[in-house]
Amino acid sequence: MMLTMMQRVGRSTLDRLSSVGRALFILIGALFSLPNFKKGTPLLIKQLYMVGFLSLIIIVVSGLFIGMVLALQGYTVLVGYGAEDSLGPLVALSLLRELGPVVTALLFAGRAGSALTAEIGLMKATEQLTSLEMMAIDPLKRVIAPRFWAGLISMPLLAMIFSAVAILGAHLVGVEWLGVDAGSFWSIMQAQVSFEKDVLNGLIKSLVFAFIVTWIALYKGYDCIPTSEGISKATTQTVVQSSLAVLGFDFILTAIMFGN
Amino acid sequence: MSQNLVEIKDVTFSRGERVIYQDMRFSVPKGKITAIMGPSGIGKTTMLRLIGGQLKPDSGDIEFDGQSIPKMPRSRLYEARKRMSMLFQSGALFTDMSVFDNVAFPLREHTKLNEELIRIVVLMKLEAVGLRGAKDLMPAELSGGMARRAALARSIALDPELIMYDEPFAGQDPISMGVLVKLIKSLNQALDITSVVVTHDVAEVLSIADHVVILADKGVIGEGSPEQMKQHESPLVQQFLKGMSDGPVPFHFEAEPYQQELLRAAT
Amino acid sequence: MNSRKIEILVGFFVSFGVVALLVLALKVANAGISGNGETYSLYAKFDNIGSLKVRSPIKVGGVVVGRVESIQLDPNDYTPVVHMKISTDYSNFSETTSVNILTSGILGEQYLGLNPGVLAGMESDIEDELNEIFEQDEIKLLKDGDFIHDTKSALVLEELIGQFLFNQGSE
Repeated sequence: MMLTMMQRVGRSTLDRLSSVGRALFILIGALFSLPNFKKGTPLLIKQLYMVGFLSLIIIVVSGLFIGMVLALQGYTVLVGYGAEDSLGPLVALSLLRELGPVVTALLFAGRAGSALTAEIGLMKATEQLTSLEMMAIDPLKRVIAPRFWAGLISMPLLAMIFSAVAILGAHLVGVEWLGVDAGSFWSIMQAQVSFEKDVLNGLIKSLVFAFIVTWIALYKGYDCIPTSEGISKATTQTVVQSSLAVLGFDFILTAIMFGN
Repeated sequence: MSQNLVEIKDVTFSRGERVIYQDMRFSVPKGKITAIMGPSGIGKTTMLRLIGGQLKPDSGDIEFDGQSIPKMPRSRLYEARKRMSMLFQSGALFTDMSVFDNVAFPLREHTKLNEELIRIVVLMKLEAVGLRGAKDLMPAELSGGMARRAALARSIALDPELIMYDEPFAGQDPISMGVLVKLIKSLNQALDITSVVVTHDVAEVLSIADHVVILADKGVIGEGSPEQMKQHESPLVQQFLKGMSDGPVPFHFEAEPYQQELLRAAT
Repeated sequence: MNSRKIEILVGFFVSFGVVALLVLALKVANAGISGNGETYSLYAKFDNIGSLKVRSPIKVGGVVVGRVESIQLDPNDYTPVVHMKISTDYSNFSETTSVNILTSGILGEQYLGLNPGVLAGMESDIEDELNEIFEQDEIKLLKDGDFIHDTKSALVLEELIGQFLFNQGSE
């Protein structure tokens, strides 16, 4: 009885470790097997389209609405203290430091991460990956690496777009609709927001999130059980695990960056 | 030795605790069509993956043209793989490319031919499988048989020395089956390609095979020409070739005696 | 979809992202202080800095000329020393400059207000007059690392109220 339990603990530990090992193997393959420039660039561009451009609409629309809601909520609180001029920094700081990187990463996990997992899982199920390998082409180089780099490039850009659009949305509601003074909206924002501390830190955050989400998505796809059930499970896991990982890492990064 | 392109030498392979092959040995003669047959679930596809170097045997050796596949470093293995190709059950066409681009893919990856030459080679290969007219279709628009033929055109794009067919006839209607049988035969003759056909469609494959290997019970139970096989004394071989439902391979899955199980419920 | 179209759309996506970054850098954040970005240091001692913080703005007549770099206690007399970074665009403050801790609005943030006093380099009669009074040759400019001596501490609301009540009581 005791021994069976020990065996179960041992086996699950070994399973965990071996899956971490496989994930690292994929990561190393993606990072260090840079395809050569001439063949790699079209593949990267195609993936930038799939991963980046196609996520643009959801990012812009949600950015706009989140900015508008932030302005509305912030205004109703601030106006009580007569401090509605501080709406600009409130919106800009919460977007650049937190909401921009985090919401983008969550949307990216749902939109692009799940698509990556499903696509690679399906390629595995239809033996396309094995077929590549039998053609003496490394699937890590051909399939995984371009997607990984595309994710890493796209997400910071998407986060910047998200924040910029959301601030415009906040301007729309705050200044155009609720009548906050445009001059103080922008000037107090500029006085309070620092490029290095806020914009760059947000950029670093979204780079870290891009790394996490893309890695999890690619690993889950590459490592899935190649059946329709396995793929659907892997897709769900991608969204759940990468979202949780993003939130966890966000706390750590925030503590490091803005902790004191 | 030189007339055998692939030599399987005392290969033992197991997946987890389950032994799939125990000291298996057979050979694939050069320039001939070798049929590997056996009941389903015996690990025929695994055999092809072992030859392709995707799996490594626990012990024993697999030689391709005199070189040991499992001992090759990765770069040499990739070189060896350029000389072989594999036709997958599903065809495994790249779904995001047209038929033309699929066939051109190995050429673009592994040769420095210019686009004009690639076009000519691709059209030749497509003509060989009768799909020149379908070159602009996407894989999703092809029927199962056509997808397999397109995949065949892709696998002969680099003029390999060895083609491995994984269940080429499975799930095909009699017409496409006939087309594929004819294609395998004519490619073998015209291009002098060594072919390995893994299948359990006995009648079709016996009509074209030069060499037959029958697998069962973790090893080879019969090897020789189709005629030799038909006269083989092993009842297992006979059961398989004639497709009898009961014999050494029992119809019933292993279970406790029938009466006993039925009665136990009653008591 | 042909590759040209994809390339155009990706180009659109990437430039959109870069434009967003530029907007955030230039319009939303202050990329340092306006001007060439070079600064020089001045110091000032206060009795009480109130809620002045690192990076609080330093203004002359409402125009930001620099930021608070650090705030430390002088180890000798335990009074706060504020280290200010001022843009080199505004480098001719004279030693008659005074500095106050002010508050923007009733609940707003605190900032440093510089009062330039008599500007050096202006050949005015006042300057000569002053020079005579203080028996010196000329008014010196504040250089990098100098202290501003004329300082006025933050108004702390509690102290004000306390003083007010005390005065009321004594009447």
